[in-house]
Amino acid sequence: MLNNHAKLERNAIGFVIAIILVGSIGGLVEIAPLFTIDDTVEDAPDMRLYTPLELAGRNIYIREGCYACHSQMVRTLRDEVERYGPYSLAVESKYDHPMLWGSKRTGPDLARIGNKYSDQWHTAHLINPRDVVPESVMPRYAWLMRSELQYDDMDLHLKAMRNVGVPYTNEMIENAVADTLRQATPDANNAFDVFERYGDETNLRYFDGDRRAVTEMDALVAYLQILGRLTDAAGAMPQETAKISDEEPGQ
Amino acid sequence: MISQLTKAEREWAIILSAALAIGGLIVGAAGRNDLLGIHGFMVFVIGFGLLFLIVKDLYRPDPSPKRVTRYFDDPTKAGVILCMLWVIFGTFIGDWVAWLLVYPDATFDAGWSSFGRLRPVHTTSVIFGFGGNALIATSFHVLQRTTRARLVDQLSPWIVVIGFNIFCLLAVSGYVMGVTASKEYAEPEWYADIFLTIIWVLYFSIYLRTLRRRKEPHIYVANWYFMAFIVIVAILHIVNSLAVPVSLGHAKSYSLFSGVQDAMTQWWYGHNAVAFFLTAGFLGMLYYYLPKRAGRPIFSYRLSIISFWGITFLYMWAGSHHLHYTALPQWVQTLGMTFSIVLLVPSWASAGNALLTLRGAWDKVRDDATLRFMMVAAVFYGLSTFEGSFLAIRPVNSLSHYTDWTVGHVHAGALGWVAMITFGSIYTLVPWLWNRERMYSPRLIEVHFWLALTGAIIYVFAMWNSGIIQGLMWRAYNENGTLAYSFIESVAAMKPYYVGRAIGGFLFFAGSVIGLYNIWKTIHSPDLARAAAPDLAPIPHAAGSQTVPAAE
Repeated sequence: MLNNHAKLERNAIGFVIAIILVGSIGGLVEIAPLFTIDDTVEDAPDMRLYTPLELAGRNIYIREGCYACHSQMVRTLRDEVERYGPYSLAVESKYDHPMLWGSKRTGPDLARIGNKYSDQWHTAHLINPRDVVPESVMPRYAWLMRSELQYDDMDLHLKAMRNVGVPYTNEMIENAVADTLRQATPDANNAFDVFERYGDETNLRYFDGDRRAVTEMDALVAYLQILGRLTDAAGAMPQETAKISDEEPGQ
Repeated sequence: MISQLTKAEREWAIILSAALAIGGLIVGAAGRNDLLGIHGFMVFVIGFGLLFLIVKDLYRPDPSPKRVTRYFDDPTKAGVILCMLWVIFGTFIGDWVAWLLVYPDATFDAGWSSFGRLRPVHTTSVIFGFGGNALIATSFHVLQRTTRARLVDQLSPWIVVIGFNIFCLLAVSGYVMGVTASKEYAEPEWYADIFLTIIWVLYFSIYLRTLRRRKEPHIYVANWYFMAFIVIVAILHIVNSLAVPVSLGHAKSYSLFSGVQDAMTQWWYGHNAVAFFLTAGFLGMLYYYLPKRAGRPIFSYRLSIISFWGITFLYMWAGSHHLHYTALPQWVQTLGMTFSIVLLVPSWASAGNALLTLRGAWDKVRDDATLRFMMVAAVFYGLSTFEGSFLAIRPVNSLSHYTDWTVGHVHAGALGWVAMITFGSIYTLVPWLWNRERMYSPRLIEVHFWLALTGAIIYVFAMWNSGIIQGLMWRAYNENGTLAYSFIESVAAMKPYYVGRAIGGFLFFAGSVIGLYNIWKTIHSPDLARAAAPDLAPIPHAAGSQTVPAAE
């Protein structure tokens, strides 16, 4: 072995090729099958798409780095299921480009936060978290209320999402800009068209309570209210209790 | 800087700076309604500034033809200074966000200064700004000494150093404005990613072309690690960053992958950024500067081979341990756990090899804070790789994941291993680069050492405590069989540890400031100067294929 290695050490290109070969195996074995094995992602016929407003809210969630402190992945552990709700399924983030599973819980998991609190609670909490949760260490996001949402290019966003595999229809793309306004302005003309395109469960509200403008707060709250509610797959499917690890409780 | 370039290289530098400025202008125009426009304008200003610098010195005399008898270290000098500036900036931001978790309102009422935007500024500044500049600077230095060949030309290493720093600048300025792809440790958007890819390919070509000119038949072990670092990071970066931009005038893009595939790709990247950026590259540093400073040869050539190929092969399987108990199929989780545990073997082989190299030199470790930096780095490397394998075990991970324990683990590696080996290497390197007898103040190195070590230990202990307490509180049940604590109770319990962490971080930051001061004074103390002999004069050939070459 040492002799062979001594030969390899004399050949720079050979050494580089060896590094590439040896280093590629792990990734190929672990990643490639995830795209081909069918039961990696469950079927969920009721899965609906993010509306343009929710997508804009998701982009604000990303922009503000919310994922650095909040996960969106309930693990198959008893205490997590009891604290947050049914454990997360792969299908629930099927349309998440990129996924926001997160890696740290400085704050709680948000995978199932949708509809748990009112819009008013979320708005007040985002303006100053300590008004509603005195011991919170979350930053204030009061300026979201002052920033008007920029949504004149939401059609391009939906198109880009379609290019990476999310099945937005032409109709959704053509109406993306108008639908953003409609979802946060229930009194607008043809506001109910949003239901036709995105389903009857879609939230149509003045999310931040301010009727004068569509703010970034509107979009973010609309997104938070849909988390865990794109499909009922996790709640409907009897959660395999065998999969839930019932570790000896800590104390 | 410019006077070292030949006429032809100066002309090329003008063309490339102009191209950079024009490129910036085009991007700025395309993205005029978007944050992309600001970045385009920034690049335009940088390109224009570089152009100005070059034209100002264009008609200086050509460099002496005798330059080819010397190594080319100007880009390394710049890299060392930039690396120190980034670590000071990065740890300052890190300490600020640490205090924000104690006093969440200790910031401005505006987006740019909120925790979520500053946190990636911290991670990118220390990983890429500090770590990246340290690696680029030292790799150019080590490459030349271990091959006894001068870098291929004077221009391309400068392009790598300057281009890489432009990338870092685009990254951190993007986050504060709200431009981020949100992939952890790969947050820059598509245009910055493309720019980095170009710079990285050039970096790789410099490495290969210089190796081709080597006068040593064997490629020294430090270069194996630097090559693995450059090649694998390129693969990881390109695959993980694949995305479709909203338009060519938008900074925003949507990742090509989604959900579970994206998660696996992300942590394949994330874990191997740790492996090949923060481990392999710095092992390259260790394999050169530690034996040089200790005056001892590497303990075992055989261990070097085993640990190198072990690390290159095994690390690439380990990423899925970041996704235990998630929606990732369990077979992938099990593979990740298994390989993470086996990974301890090559990791400890490296750490052991480093510590055994110090046999017969322990008196120097006692007296010389520079060598002690490197010794402590090897110890922290051993400890944090053990901790890493331990945390990858599924049931352990069920407790530690999502908690501060992970943060403590990363910082044991980052502060204890990466930063300490870098400081040790830089204190070894600076007197060589600037032809000084020694560093300006050995006492200040000693002060820096103790600040860094105390800071790292306080930090890590605080995070171990908070992480384990968090994990236990989240899973605690009361006698009625219901969860004992609300989430916010676990947040409140963290306060003393968050204070401790922020204090530890401050000590580390203070040490880095002292380090830069010491380096600055060394450069500007002509009385420390020593005569320099030509580097590339024939050197008596050392016996054996893997002894450390004699040149500095």
